[in-house]
Amino acid sequence: MEIQAANEEHYHIIALKGDLDASSSIKLDTALENAILANQKAILIDCKLLDYISSPGIGVLTSRLDDCETKNISIVLFAMSEKIYNVFKILGLDQLLPIKQSKEDAKLYAHDL
Amino acid sequence: MQNFMPMIYSIQVPCRKSNLKRVRAFVETVLERYYINPNEANLMVLAVDEVCANLMIHSHQCNPSERIQIRIKDDKEDLIFEIHDHTVECFNMLDYKTPDMQQVIKEKKNGGIGLILVKKIMDKIQIEREGNHNICRLYKKALNPKPNV
Repeated sequence: MEIQAANEEHYHIIALKGDLDASSSIKLDTALENAILANQKAILIDCKLLDYISSPGIGVLTSRLDDCETKNISIVLFAMSEKIYNVFKILGLDQLLPIKQSKEDAKLYAHDL
Repeated sequence: MQNFMPMIYSIQVPCRKSNLKRVRAFVETVLERYYINPNEANLMVLAVDEVCANLMIHSHQCNPSERIQIRIKDDKEDLIFEIHDHTVECFNMLDYKTPDMQQVIKEKKNGGIGLILVKKIMDKIQIEREGNHNICRLYKKALNPKPNV
């Protein structure tokens, strides 16, 4: 699993590449912790190159939602493959988390909040 | 009349989280023998991964000198994913109440999501224990095999 983080305008972008499973979820947790500390308007998670996700990866995301809400930071996921979206959907997370088609859509969504 | 011999595929891995990738590759390779939608195949891979990760972490404390075995059986009625391990105490996922996602988010719980996934993905789950040998069986309705694969 590779994670790249960058600030763009008022957004903190985290790009995920590879498999997010029990052995790699700690990397996303660290990246999210740093992203929250960066105190940007929103954290946008780029899932374009994310090949696989299992419960520890999803758990890291959901466990940070409350911290983000407290700090008024929104989390938006984008460019998710159908395979990954299917996993979020089966958990009902497609209704609880904003999931957008592209980075531009994610920025627009976060901007309008 | 010929006796039917179920197809059985098997792999054994040490209890190390990095081996989950090997487990997934094994399940994917077996599923390539069947006509199956890639999204559906991914969900089956995910369910097996969740059970294996749970056993490696909670039952075996990621001790690489201990091993788990994954067997996939096709008995024509079901595709059965069996996860075998040996422990003093057996983790029986059927004893645990599945939380809902709202509760998981509210309580910042990392656990429980895997259990939700396995229960939603699979048609039936069975836990068997003989001595210190545990078998977790995940059932999925039989798939159509591809010819000559």
